[in-house]
Amino acid sequence: MIDLSTDYLGLRLKNPLVPSASPLTRDLDSALRLEDAGAAAVVMYSLFEEELRAEDAMLDRFVINPELGFGEADGFLPRDVEMSGGLERYLTQLDRLKQRLEIPVVASLNGVTPSGWVELGRELERGGADALELNVYHVAADAGISGAAVEARYLELLTELRRVVSLPIVMKLSPYFSSLPDFVRQIEEAGAQGVALFNRFYQPDIDLDCLRMVDALRLSRPDEALLRIRWMAILHGRTRLTLAATGGVHSESEALKLLLAGADVVHLASCLLQHGPEKLTEILAFMQNWMEEKEYESIAQLKGSMSQQHLPDPSLVARASYLRVLDSFTPRPGVWS
Amino acid sequence: MTSVLTLDGNEAVARIAYLGSEVIAIYPITPASSMGEWADEWAAQGRPNLWGAVPTIIEMQSEGGAAGTLHGALTSGALATSFTASQGLLLMIPNLYKIAGELTPMVLHVAARAIATHALSIFGDHSDVMACRATGCALLASNSPQEAQDFAVIAQAATLAGRIPLIHFFDGFRTSHEVAKIDALDTDTVGAMLDAACIAEHRARALSPEHPVLRGTSQNPDVFFQSRERANPFYDAFPQGVQAAMDRFAALTGRAYHLFDYVGAADAERVIVLMGSGAETVHETVEHLVARGEKVGVVKVRLYRPFAADALLAALPATTQAVAVLDRCKEPGADGEPLYKDVVTALAQAAADGVRAMPRVSGGRYGLASKEFTPGMVKAVFDELAGGARRQFTVGIHDDLTHLSLPWDAGFRTDASKQLQHAVFWGLGSDGTVSANKNSIKILGEATALQAQGYFVYDSKKSGAVTVSHLRFGPAPIRSAYLVEPGMAGFVACHQPMFVDRYAQLLEHAAPDGVFLLNTPAGPDAVWATLPAALQEEILAKRLQLWVIDAYAVAAEAGMGRRINTIMQTCFFAISGVLPKDAAIAAIKEAVDKTYGRKSRRLVELNYKAIDLTLAALHHVSPLPHAVEVERGATPSPAQGEGIPDFVRDITLPIYFGHGDALPVSAMPVDGTWPLGTAQYEKRNIALEIPVWDEDLCTQCGKCVLVCPHSAVRSRLFDAAAAASAPPTFKHVPVRAKDYPPGTHISYQVAPEDCTGCGDCVEACPIHDKSNVSRRAINMAPIGPLREQERTNFEFFLGLPEFDRGAIKHTTIPSAMLLDPLFEFSGACAGCGETPYIRLATQLFGDRMLIANATGCSSIYGGNLPSTPYTVNAAGRGPAWSNSLFEDNAEFGLGMRLAADQLMEQARHLVRELAGELGGDLAAALVEADQRNEAGIVAQRGRVATLRAKLAASKHPRAAELDSLAEWLIRRSVWIIGGDGWAYDIGFGGLDHVLALPYDVNILVLDTEVYSNTGGQTSKATPIGAVAKFSAGGKAMAKKDLAKLASGYDHAYVASVAYGAKDVHTLRVFHEAESYPGPSLIVAYSPCIAHGYDMLYNLRQQDLAVKSGHWPLFRSDPRIAEAGGNPFRLDSTAPTQPIQAFMESETRFAMLQRSHPEAAARFLAQAQADAERRYQAYKDMAQGRPDEPSSGA
Repeated sequence: MIDLSTDYLGLRLKNPLVPSASPLTRDLDSALRLEDAGAAAVVMYSLFEEELRAEDAMLDRFVINPELGFGEADGFLPRDVEMSGGLERYLTQLDRLKQRLEIPVVASLNGVTPSGWVELGRELERGGADALELNVYHVAADAGISGAAVEARYLELLTELRRVVSLPIVMKLSPYFSSLPDFVRQIEEAGAQGVALFNRFYQPDIDLDCLRMVDALRLSRPDEALLRIRWMAILHGRTRLTLAATGGVHSESEALKLLLAGADVVHLASCLLQHGPEKLTEILAFMQNWMEEKEYESIAQLKGSMSQQHLPDPSLVARASYLRVLDSFTPRPGVWS
Repeated sequence: MTSVLTLDGNEAVARIAYLGSEVIAIYPITPASSMGEWADEWAAQGRPNLWGAVPTIIEMQSEGGAAGTLHGALTSGALATSFTASQGLLLMIPNLYKIAGELTPMVLHVAARAIATHALSIFGDHSDVMACRATGCALLASNSPQEAQDFAVIAQAATLAGRIPLIHFFDGFRTSHEVAKIDALDTDTVGAMLDAACIAEHRARALSPEHPVLRGTSQNPDVFFQSRERANPFYDAFPQGVQAAMDRFAALTGRAYHLFDYVGAADAERVIVLMGSGAETVHETVEHLVARGEKVGVVKVRLYRPFAADALLAALPATTQAVAVLDRCKEPGADGEPLYKDVVTALAQAAADGVRAMPRVSGGRYGLASKEFTPGMVKAVFDELAGGARRQFTVGIHDDLTHLSLPWDAGFRTDASKQLQHAVFWGLGSDGTVSANKNSIKILGEATALQAQGYFVYDSKKSGAVTVSHLRFGPAPIRSAYLVEPGMAGFVACHQPMFVDRYAQLLEHAAPDGVFLLNTPAGPDAVWATLPAALQEEILAKRLQLWVIDAYAVAAEAGMGRRINTIMQTCFFAISGVLPKDAAIAAIKEAVDKTYGRKSRRLVELNYKAIDLTLAALHHVSPLPHAVEVERGATPSPAQGEGIPDFVRDITLPIYFGHGDALPVSAMPVDGTWPLGTAQYEKRNIALEIPVWDEDLCTQCGKCVLVCPHSAVRSRLFDAAAAASAPPTFKHVPVRAKDYPPGTHISYQVAPEDCTGCGDCVEACPIHDKSNVSRRAINMAPIGPLREQERTNFEFFLGLPEFDRGAIKHTTIPSAMLLDPLFEFSGACAGCGETPYIRLATQLFGDRMLIANATGCSSIYGGNLPSTPYTVNAAGRGPAWSNSLFEDNAEFGLGMRLAADQLMEQARHLVRELAGELGGDLAAALVEADQRNEAGIVAQRGRVATLRAKLAASKHPRAAELDSLAEWLIRRSVWIIGGDGWAYDIGFGGLDHVLALPYDVNILVLDTEVYSNTGGQTSKATPIGAVAKFSAGGKAMAKKDLAKLASGYDHAYVASVAYGAKDVHTLRVFHEAESYPGPSLIVAYSPCIAHGYDMLYNLRQQDLAVKSGHWPLFRSDPRIAEAGGNPFRLDSTAPTQPIQAFMESETRFAMLQRSHPEAAARFLAQAQADAERRYQAYKDMAQGRPDEPSSGA
């Protein structure tokens, strides 16, 4: 029997497959299906700072302080309706998941400013989350803010949260750091237990008809796993942080490659949204088959076995020989001429 | 056990009514609406009544419907109640006779309000309850929020015991909306007041098949009379029953009341008798005068019907020599008002019986429609009694016509007033001043032993409304049912910097050595120079402490956007000294917790941050400069100077500036008739940013003009030569359309001081700068540097000669928008979704419109003083407008049509009779003229002018008669306009009837899907899943499809439009409806701030409403059927968006997700299914007859 277990943020997981933040955890039934399908843990859907802000602003303006200043009416909507805030709804769902699921539940915060998050972290800890994923989704678009300042903001947020919660914290990062290993080191020093690489920015699109920016949600593709494979390979063995690979895992092959490169766990979302929670069972089964064929005894055995430290030519990972890659690409006739 | 609560009169009453009721039938009407709203919200929360059940709250289609439901519930054994006022109470009267005639216990709670006569008024007096004197209902008056609560339960106890239904009333606004600290009754006390045996007897009398009876017979002359008299013993006994309930209440609570309560000198010689909140002001004044040895007193009438003369006589000191009976109503033509006559009768009978000598009795009117009634006026009444009082007088106004009014000393102050702390706050409706003050009163009321009172005065605009909050605090009970008096406020705050220029009376209330807090961007060193000289003088003369804060800067820093209520509230507590500062700050934070804690912790933190930042940003300007210094540029002010009509100068603008109280009787129009076109003089300057036209980018599509809710964006054509003298910054370019002569120019001009800054014009602009898509052909820019320049440009624009309407195509948006609007600068909300429809109608047909306007938003922004937005064209023609009632508008408009038709027929008859003298051709043309389009009408106007010229020279005996009727030969376009509350609910019967008739009327339903004017109550137009007042748990039923119902009448033109989705469709429908010579109904989707999103997105939401299938566009034109085609055209495509996309973007739907997520999901699914089914049904209708002609109408 192959030992699929792995360590993740100090938690012992039965296997390395962990569904990442997605709408599947908004609904108790689909969360239960994930567990039944074999998920080792779940990351809850993200609590978006902007969403909370927008909801609060709406509530404040139209319900709590409608401020019409007209003699016949001081507001247009019922004043005294019991309403739960976004956080309260999240906590309720966390509680529901904790009541019904046996696997660990990781809460996920998505935000960029310290305001409010400290209290939020406390609440989530009190609410029974097994760990906290801090998804710092930030497009550094301000020319007046240096890369160091951006990093400092992340660290400040982490430090502040670390101060108030004792839960394991995993930082979910974007790939856009000048020196990722250095930043990961700093994250470790600031008290995190793990990093998840990488979050995917949803890119805005342009509607050509009305010349407006529109939100575009595109699911990941398997080739996106390559970037994760490289960085898992580079970071494995160089940090004590748990490494979670996220983005582009659609089959056992990406999952296995990420584990070989050094991931402790592999997150899945797009493939589960596309094919349903049961896809996880299939991936797990194929992984086991492959390991059996290759005569691996455990995940621990294969984890990081192809990391940069263990490769005969580490430069292959650190500086993937793009010349060779480019050379191998032969344009189809007619494209260039 | 009692606890202390700080609440307004309506909430105080609703708490008790809810506890003691099983069925509550409601309908919104100001100022009673909030009682029903509370009941509905509590029921949605599952709060139980006294007997552990949640009462059934049912909104009906009108007060008449509510009364019928009430009657049915009562006669079937339930304890039932309702809340109403004014016209609503009048609609209940037929049922009140029935309920009383059947001796059915009931309490009806009334926030007493004026009845519409020469004008509507939402404010308080006793006209409505006085109209119920003959119904057989008892009438019980309470005078304050405390009493309103207490009497609510006393009333129910009395009616259960005595079987006489009872109207419990209190003054609208003054009591219903006054926030006060009261001893709140607990459930046990309320329960102890209501006798279980009486309730059981009520149930035993209920209609029941188990022991059936018949009630409601029809009786003949033989027994009807005797039957009426049979109830006498119940009326005879009822006063004692009420007193018994009062006594039981006193035993339970310590608060003792009597049928008539006397206060004053035991040996009083002069006594005032009255009821309602004014009695408390008299009480306060009497104590002041008695302390000075004056022999005066007041009798507060509690139970007015049945009138217990003995109890009145017992209350009135035997020493009384002169009595003034004050009525808060007017009975024109009577020799006295009702209470006066009752008192006279009682005294006269006593005198005749030799029981006591007859004092001199005078009757006075006061306080109509919430007119102020102050201690100075009370003193004037007592003074009048001292010197051979006249029989009839008024007090509170200046009657220079019939000289009935008493002069009063405006400077008179009572001891009680002097012992209180007073504070006055000037704010905007939108800045949260009122809510902050309500909060402050709660804090003071609940955190201290102080008594507290708050009353809030609003102007009648919906955008940029000004509010003045009047607060009082003190150790003793506050009886001052009047505004804070001039010179009494130790604290005056101005929450808006621009008020220092606009309101000369800003510091009128300030007491010497008081505090003046000003929100201003000018710092403590710079602020002095920003104040007008008169204000500086007043500050110095009164030795005021001046404090400043830049609240908007603090709000921005705290992440609160532009919401300054918490900040200004913190300032008040920090410097007013009403509470120790630290305790006050702690209390504000606690209040913030209460307000936001359950809903959003983040908002709690933001507010905390704002509170902390405020203290550092608050500055005392000290020392003040010693002298007045003003070095400021010109400040904006409403129109002044030349060219202003006398009426506007003498009447409109004084009202606008807050001096309406000083206008004398003679200044008023005799019959409620007011001139048009006065809104243009207000120049309210409420926009922070205004649109700026980019003439190079613009393609002249006219959409910005179409969507402007305030007609502040205009377009006109003119000969380029006319612009030779234009101001240098006036923009104009050659018109692009080829339909006009060479050299024709066009300008798109903004009225900078009338714009509300909603930004809808920019959203509507379809043009993007090729190099910068965020730039449109019209863009918002800060008004500061533009105001002067654009004011000049707009004046020039208005002075341009009107382009020949006949040369302009009326059927495309770009050209139709060149037609001058005859509806402008209304008080509607910024971004209003209704007004563009009205403006469009006036552009197309304004010079011949007769408008019947249902009561509602459109009658308020259309006709609420001080100004009138309907206006006239250069020839002096324009829409003639009137508002009858809420419930009768279709019938009212039909009457207009009938009059126009009848008088036209009469004129035609005379034309035929005078044909020989007029010339056969002219006579024939006048009678047979085709006036379906504007050209026909213009031609007929020419004929009528010729006719009148001929008549002037005629000696025919009927020439003068024809001359007086000649204008009726010109076709009138009758428009019946109103909201969904009218059309779907209260006025549906009439609307249906008018649609069933063949007459040529155009019915425009401005469908906001909610009762907008009264504050967002559910109508039958409210969609499923929407949260609204009276549907706190989400509306469970689908929206009524009014247009579909109407299209059942084959002879009616019916259309559904949404200008933000398909503007040219709207334009086409207006033309088709107006030209159709029978009844036409346009149901117009009208986004409203009640939907809970920024009205900047008004157009986007209209588009979504159509694309999601929520609001299909269609037309049904009987003319096509007559031509053999299918009259029904579906003008929108199959839904391309899920209904969820529409619903999740509006708070009215989204908030249900937070309060009732499961219901929200269920309603969403139902709404989606409804949208699909509706579309399919329309599609089937559109495809119903394959033989329809291809061209349409």
